[in-house]
Amino acid sequence: MTLADLTQHAGEWLRGAGPMHDVVISSRVRLARNLAGTPFLSRCPREQQAELEQKMRQEILSAELAKGIFYVDVAAAGDLDRELLVERHLVSRQHAEASHPRGVAVSGDETISIMVNEEDHLRMQVLRSGLQLPEAVADANRIDDAMERCFDFAFHSRYGYLTACPTNVGTGLRLSVMLHLPGLKLAGEMDKAFRAAGDMRLAIRGLYGEGTEASGDFFQISNQTTLGRSENQYAEEFSERLIPAFIEYERRARKHLMDEQNALLEDKVSRAVATLRSAKMISSEETMSLLSVMRLGTNLGLTDDMDLSAINELFLLTQPAHLQKIHRRDMTPQERAQCRADMIRRRLDAG
Amino acid sequence: MNFKCDKCGQPATIHLTEIVGGNKNEKHLCEDCAAEDGITVKSNVPISQLLEDFVLQTTSAPQQEQPAGPELTCEVCGTTFSEFQDTGLLGCPNDYDTFAEALEPLLEKAQDGHVQHVGKVPHNIGRSQKRQTEILRLRTELKSAVTAEDYERAAELRDQIKEMEQS
Ligand SMILES: [Zn+2]
Ligand SMILES: [Zn+2]
Repeated sequence: MTLADLTQHAGEWLRGAGPMHDVVISSRVRLARNLAGTPFLSRCPREQQAELEQKMRQEILSAELAKGIFYVDVAAAGDLDRELLVERHLVSRQHAEASHPRGVAVSGDETISIMVNEEDHLRMQVLRSGLQLPEAVADANRIDDAMERCFDFAFHSRYGYLTACPTNVGTGLRLSVMLHLPGLKLAGEMDKAFRAAGDMRLAIRGLYGEGTEASGDFFQISNQTTLGRSENQYAEEFSERLIPAFIEYERRARKHLMDEQNALLEDKVSRAVATLRSAKMISSEETMSLLSVMRLGTNLGLTDDMDLSAINELFLLTQPAHLQKIHRRDMTPQERAQCRADMIRRRLDAG
Repeated sequence: MNFKCDKCGQPATIHLTEIVGGNKNEKHLCEDCAAEDGITVKSNVPISQLLEDFVLQTTSAPQQEQPAGPELTCEVCGTTFSEFQDTGLLGCPNDYDTFAEALEPLLEKAQDGHVQHVGKVPHNIGRSQKRQTEILRLRTELKSAVTAEDYERAAELRDQIKEMEQS
């Protein structure tokens, strides 16, 4: 298994069939760990960073953590490969752009990735489709147990697992749930959602366009604290109380739109599909925006031109590094716009 | 509203909002600059933002709490408390003890009033704790051996550390 094999399809976690998939795209769990008796990464001399990278790479690959696990030497990888890893959520942007010895191990189905020499020595990540936090936490815990048999982790009886940045100390656990909130967006209620997240001590991050055309209705919600509760408590609170509140807001907004503004909604959806079917060139921003509307329309039964997993896959494959990787060459934004439009048309014709 | 790209001044089409702890931050970018920044719909957790938040809290802590005299410095890795305030990053596990007094109020703030871990504990905790302390001690000795230019002793210590790390 290599990186090039990944570009033809989306990872398991984007298959679009997980619990609450009408609103929740994916659940992610990340554990941060550092080796005992060793300086944190930024204080390690380069030579020691290289040594650590070698050692961790070996142990991870021989621990038989998952089927088809492979390792990418991120420091030696080309720009496009690094970008591809970021687009697929397998490494963080900082990890892609750093300059020290580092890497990432990825399971064959891409539900597991282990970053070596990120801000912490090890960042173990589990990705799942839909809302599946307790399951993802259990999986991350299993990987952590296996790694614990190879390494002693820096641990403090009071502060728990010690991390380079104190915002991760304790459990080292970061939960992130990616939500699709086009209903709240259309209803102009995102500000309310932002305020609610602030009140719940959650970090919410989104990308969207201003003006008449909304673009990108995706938002990521994560925990801000990592100390003082157990891993399972964090996961339960997220999946039983916090995230369901957002799902409920969004569903209510969608129902309201269906009841009160049906014609408008149907018009929006069929226009989005028509544009995607006929465009000869399309920017990634417009693609995001139209696919988002199409995804909403599919969930509300207003269109069946493509199924959810195919739509999710297009979000991934139409990104710049993916397009260039699939076509095996560097492309200008204009060339990408053409290739992107071609790909979408072909998928729509096939579906 | 017409925003200009923060980076190149062209019309901005991408507007990024981050909300952390009730504070709202906005960025405006054109598509090309956003792509360069790798901003996609599905970006990773805003750790840098959390960090910024944390450093902000750190640096705005009242100055009089800092005792006069030599600055707190970790004897294992050499990180000073003000270096931590600059970067938001600690240098080694020992820093949590070295800076405990100054760090704990900040932790309490960042961690919603909590300073005691109640989650998972490593299975091999006993052995691990002992070894951690031992390796840290050896590293401290190594540092002073190097400073004293006692290279023979330094080589010995390096071997010992390696051995301990591999056992
Ligand atoms: Zn720009
Ligand atoms: Zn230190």
